[in-house]
Amino acid sequence: MTREEVMKKLNEIFCNVFDDESIVLKDETNANDIEDWDSLEQINLIVAIENEFEMMFDMAEVSDLANVGEMADLIMSKL
Amino acid sequence: MLKELIYPFDPNYILENKRKLKKQLLEDSNSFVEKKIAILGGSTTSAIRQMMELFLLNNGIKPSFYESEYNKFYEDAMFDNEELKNFAPDIIYICTTNRNITKYPDLNSDVDALLNNEYEKYNGIWKSLKEKYNCPVIQNNFELPYYRLMGNKDASDIHGKVNFISRLNMLFYEYAQNNENFYICDINYISADYGLKKWSDPFYFHMYKYAMNVNAIPYLSFNVANIIKSIFGKNKKGFVLDLDNTLWGGVIGDDGVEGIKVGPEEPEGQVYSEFQRYLKEHKQLGVILNIDSKNEYENAIAGLKHPDSELSEDDFVEIKANWEPKDRNFEQIAKDINLLPESLVFVDDNPAERHIVTEQLKGVVAPELDSVEHYIEYIDRNGFFEVTTLSNDDLKRNEMYKQNAERAKAEASFSNYKDYLLSLKMKGIIKPFEPLYIERISQLSNKSNQYNLTTRRYTVSDIEKIAEDDNYITLYGKLIDRFGDNGLVSVVIGHIIEDKCHIDLWIMSCRVLKRDLEYAMMDELVKKCKERNIREIRGYYYPTAKNAMVKDFYSLQGFSKISEDEKGNSEWSYVIEDDYKLKNEVIEVED
Repeated sequence: MTREEVMKKLNEIFCNVFDDESIVLKDETNANDIEDWDSLEQINLIVAIENEFEMMFDMAEVSDLANVGEMADLIMSKL
Repeated sequence: MLKELIYPFDPNYILENKRKLKKQLLEDSNSFVEKKIAILGGSTTSAIRQMMELFLLNNGIKPSFYESEYNKFYEDAMFDNEELKNFAPDIIYICTTNRNITKYPDLNSDVDALLNNEYEKYNGIWKSLKEKYNCPVIQNNFELPYYRLMGNKDASDIHGKVNFISRLNMLFYEYAQNNENFYICDINYISADYGLKKWSDPFYFHMYKYAMNVNAIPYLSFNVANIIKSIFGKNKKGFVLDLDNTLWGGVIGDDGVEGIKVGPEEPEGQVYSEFQRYLKEHKQLGVILNIDSKNEYENAIAGLKHPDSELSEDDFVEIKANWEPKDRNFEQIAKDINLLPESLVFVDDNPAERHIVTEQLKGVVAPELDSVEHYIEYIDRNGFFEVTTLSNDDLKRNEMYKQNAERAKAEASFSNYKDYLLSLKMKGIIKPFEPLYIERISQLSNKSNQYNLTTRRYTVSDIEKIAEDDNYITLYGKLIDRFGDNGLVSVVIGHIIEDKCHIDLWIMSCRVLKRDLEYAMMDELVKKCKERNIREIRGYYYPTAKNAMVKDFYSLQGFSKISEDEKGNSEWSYVIEDDYKLKNEVIEVED
């Protein structure tokens, strides 16, 4: 899977979780850019991403993700 | 009902698409009952709340929530809390887990003292909540621990965590057995069912302060929602079952009685037998069984007479075996036994039949059956018949539907309806509410949709309060006839305000339609009013999607209409004359 494909899948997950088709993710997108993205939704996002990519993150990995780009890199590293 | 929310569901899909699903549920229906639910949690409960909302909406309940701050269940329960008080919950869910256990025993502990301390903490919570809010309480029991220090001995030695949790759970159950309005949510079973190792994955607690795997939350919330919908009278009441490849393997019309698979001879037959036993067990809960099958009637009966069949003709209230479309048979079955189609669960191995029935009859659920060894799982895990209270009436319901069928036969032999009613030799017991019947009265108020003038719902504690309040006239009605005891089947609540009696609630079970019990109830109500020198009764009819059958109720009782608004809500008045003539002539009412 290419990084573009990962970003595309991430984008779909975000659209579903926030039920908002207009979301367009960039590498630097973070919780400040999406209104409903709080710490509780962060959990739901991580769980949805784990399920979609069929991988598990460990605590250290998800603790300090700063933005969507870092998330994509993390996924790439585990594919 | 949304298929996505019926077991077996995809928890990941539900978690990811909760917003979309909620929107869909709200668009699909507009007849929700609104309920206020307080979640007092011992860990993060946000996703638990979100999932509960979906499953409740799917059962016609629109919840609003109060949610404790993180791990503040104890404080919220024990101390005055303005916000919770103003919220006035209809139900309180205490979502605690073994993460909340204060102190486990070690090898030097006084184990009984520790156990008692832990139990008393919860006992105090329940007492305090009862005093402050007096509403139903749902309490999680405890799931088994994540590790076993002593290995297998952890279960049997009193110092073991497994043993400690098991004993604590037993104390919770004892409380549940002795207190009404208190229900256990069995996370011990749910976590085992999900897989304890996955359920207790410590990642979710240390990372997010969820006491269980987030992916397991849909299953937990599904169970809690099932308890809640049951408390509010939204359980299903019976099955409508297919025959070929549902109750037995094979097609009886082609294979003959000797060719169908049921019984101990081979594996497939054994599974069908087990499924038949499972269905039969439901009868003791008052769940009724019916058949809707595309077959010659004789073939259907022949199949049920198979020597190894667990179910026999007698176990069913209605048997429709013909070549009519299944949805029409289904509708007719519901009509014959005076139930709404949506209160019956359709069980059929054929997806096309499930499709036509659920498409044609809104609200009917048909679990997706695939292979026979999954039938029990797919039906049982759905909690269609989740038991919260077991009344004597439930236990006897099958019997009563049978008696109804006999009455229908008797009716056919009379040309004059009043002669028929007299021949039933009916006896009525009509009295003010008594403690013995509080539970049944509340249950009836929550279950009655059709013969219900105002569709007000009452919890057990509401009924208790009203029974003690001198400003109310309360009446329950029981009806017995020569075919059997129908049990407590009608309830009237009159609210005395100044010199008038306002009828807050008038309900009757459809199993005693057209027996003139409503007139006997009216006679008794008038008598009670006269005793208190009340000369006017006001009645109210609030139309819903289901109660059209009582549109003319007050007019038939001799009330005159005072007003009606554009929605059809009407108010009626009845002035009691000195020479009031009894309306009931066919039921002998006990003094």
